[in-house]
Amino acid sequence: MARVAVDVVIKPEILDPQGKAIQAALARSGHAGVTEVRAGKHFELEVDGAVTDEELEQLAGSVLANPVIETWTVTRLADGEAR
Amino acid sequence: MTSTGMTSTDVTGSGLASSDIAQDTVILAAASPDKPQPYAELGLQDNEYARIRSILGRRPTEAELAMYSVMWSEHCSYKSSKVHLAYFGETTTDAMREKMLAGIGENAGVVEIGDGWAATFKIESHNHPSYVEPYQGAATGVGGIVRDILAMGARPVAVTDQLRFGPADAGDTARVLPGVVAGISGYGNSLGLANIGGETYFDASYAGNPLVNAGCIGVLRASDMYTAHASGTGNKIILYGSRTGLDGIGGVSVLASATFGGSGARAKLPSVQVGDPFAEKVLIECTLEVFRAGLVVGIQDLGGAGLSCATSELASAGDGGMAVDLDAVPLRASGMSAAEILSSESQERMCAVVTPDKVDAFLAVCAKWDVPAVVIGEVTDTGRLVISHRGEVVVDVPPRTVAHDGPVYRRPYRRPDSQDALQANTSANLARPATEELGGLILRLAASENLCAKGWITDQYDRYVRGNTVLAQPSDAGMVRVDDETSLGLAMASDCNARFAALDPYRGTQLALAEAYRNVATSGATPLAVTNCLNFGSPEDPGVMWQFREAVHGLADGCVELGIPVTGGNVSFYNQTGAEAILPTPVVGVLGVIDDVARRIGPRFGQGRTPEMLFLLGETRDELDGSEWARVVHGHLGGTPPRVGLAAEQRLAGVMAQAAKAGLVTAAHDLSEGGLAQALVEMCVLSDCGAAITLPPPDPFVALFSETTARILVAVPTSRIGEFAQLCDEHGQPSSALGTVTPTRPRLEISGVTDISLAEMRDAWSGTLPALFG
Repeated sequence: MARVAVDVVIKPEILDPQGKAIQAALARSGHAGVTEVRAGKHFELEVDGAVTDEELEQLAGSVLANPVIETWTVTRLADGEAR
Repeated sequence: MTSTGMTSTDVTGSGLASSDIAQDTVILAAASPDKPQPYAELGLQDNEYARIRSILGRRPTEAELAMYSVMWSEHCSYKSSKVHLAYFGETTTDAMREKMLAGIGENAGVVEIGDGWAATFKIESHNHPSYVEPYQGAATGVGGIVRDILAMGARPVAVTDQLRFGPADAGDTARVLPGVVAGISGYGNSLGLANIGGETYFDASYAGNPLVNAGCIGVLRASDMYTAHASGTGNKIILYGSRTGLDGIGGVSVLASATFGGSGARAKLPSVQVGDPFAEKVLIECTLEVFRAGLVVGIQDLGGAGLSCATSELASAGDGGMAVDLDAVPLRASGMSAAEILSSESQERMCAVVTPDKVDAFLAVCAKWDVPAVVIGEVTDTGRLVISHRGEVVVDVPPRTVAHDGPVYRRPYRRPDSQDALQANTSANLARPATEELGGLILRLAASENLCAKGWITDQYDRYVRGNTVLAQPSDAGMVRVDDETSLGLAMASDCNARFAALDPYRGTQLALAEAYRNVATSGATPLAVTNCLNFGSPEDPGVMWQFREAVHGLADGCVELGIPVTGGNVSFYNQTGAEAILPTPVVGVLGVIDDVARRIGPRFGQGRTPEMLFLLGETRDELDGSEWARVVHGHLGGTPPRVGLAAEQRLAGVMAQAAKAGLVTAAHDLSEGGLAQALVEMCVLSDCGAAITLPPPDPFVALFSETTARILVAVPTSRIGEFAQLCDEHGQPSSALGTVTPTRPRLEISGVTDISLAEMRDAWSGTLPALFG
């Protein structure tokens, strides 16, 4: 078994309304120094040895992320490592 | 291992200028006439590029090329449709124009509706973006049409959606449909606008090219209308709303008007925009406040073609000159070139023309609503649109040449040879069912994808927000009260049976008009004005161009006969997959007015204690070519569509309006796809009430499934039958008694034909979409 992290964020050039709302909330809370927030999703997957890098890439790009508007990174985590 | 998917997006690798390269200025362009330019990749033809050079007397700068290419695209310039659309203007009489305050050419048409109120409405396509990214494509379609309505000075009050997908059980429909529906609900519900109706159809021709049309209705005081013009030298141009980013660059010219699969110069940048309904909501309230405070001279929304469109259209509709400084535009991405800023389709932005003394007040209102706003330029008397960036002039053009004097094509049109064979292949030879099979057929058709309940879709929409919704799906027309203080109401319906349009585009478009008109009349409202969203294949195909021309003529001629004007419209071409065009789909929207919404008529009978009788208004002929029966049972499309009877529709509308006013009709439902059988099923299920009827002779199959037009099924309290009969007599309205409403017997009993329980009808009609989409 291995742990895999998949991180998904909206492509940099595309509007992120959620990030915008968080940035506005931070500014209202006295953190005016934060000028931009991009929000995303973090997945952790338990996979067995049969799951290849190619398969991970494929499932990330088809199920976990929307390839039209999002980018993603797939990272195999070392034993015990959490993110 | 770390791998990265799809992150190779090169923000500056656009083919046009970026910040680290010297930008292409007017001076540079004059000095380097021979520099090759990627005009073909931007969708411009050789002769179009040559014309731009001749207009400017030099080669265009990159920013100018971006502006011309996007504004001269089919989507923005209507270059293939213009010569035909002129027919609407030629046929509109002064009498039809009487109540029209704004017509074709404005952001949306405006009509007076009485008591000092006016209404504006429009339908636009967002087909291609919704195929690429269903959720955001549909969501930004809603956002775009809402801003069009807002730009007329109106408060948007309701939205509608006209959707067409491939077969309901096709794999890609499972991707596209739920995404589109979620996008419409996600944006519209967040925005707080009631979704009061629309249509959903399935047909194989839409499998690779779904249609997502979005409509909006707005209301305003008739004296408060605004238009898009920049007048008054020295007046300031204010850009307000969201910041400008790299979204949707090239969307209009590459995405919205070229057949799928083509690769544009901007392939590395997403041609998709993400909408923010909460930003749109404050934009609406902010805009209505600056209207109320009288702070605006002219206004324009930013939609397709973004600032290119807004600046050139405002300038050419005003005094003709404008100076704009792109360095003032608030950006979301760093290093954007002038061409990118001008082409960006970032959502939720508006452009206003404001006199200098009111700029501070305008900016104060924007600040109150947390809406970023900046002065980006001013009106000039130079007759030129001059745009600078990083201190250099990058655009210097006569604005009309960008916005209005684009190319005009007289494309060849020709009735396809196959049309004769299509029309000759009538439904006459199809096997018709025996009488004992009719009960099963009623249920089979009720469950078919085009006739089944669309509640799975419309239940996801907020239909009652704002508290003014009077009727919504599944009523024939949607209806809203214009304001809390009045009983005046607006009704809207939109329709198109594309199968009829395929068999005969002229007649099919008139049938769409007739149905939308009838749906409005069925609610008790009086039809007032017409809009359209004309979805067709490639205009480069003479057969498609013929369909388009026929549709325009059919609609315009029909409107003359009905005496109501076409106040605006939208054309969407290139809806095809490879060489296969969609069925011609001229969606027609009709707006109606009702003095007192308490007098509206819905589809539910058996709700009170008075016994009711059912009458069928109109006459039934044997008309089954193109019908849902032919499609579902035989997979057949051929012959000629039902006859159009606009005089009969008008008579019917007159009867319904008076019946509504006098309270003679408790429920009504128009007969269209699926004929009387479908109308009976829907009324019984919606009413949770049975009916017992006897079909008019001679042929029960024809009586149940013919799709003859100009027919409405009505319920009349038995105590009012005399008055109702007299009303029909006065109008010469054919009417036949069908039977009675049976609240104590939850069945549809058709004498000598069948007897179906309410539960069976409900299961058949309501089960289809939930089974397919969960």
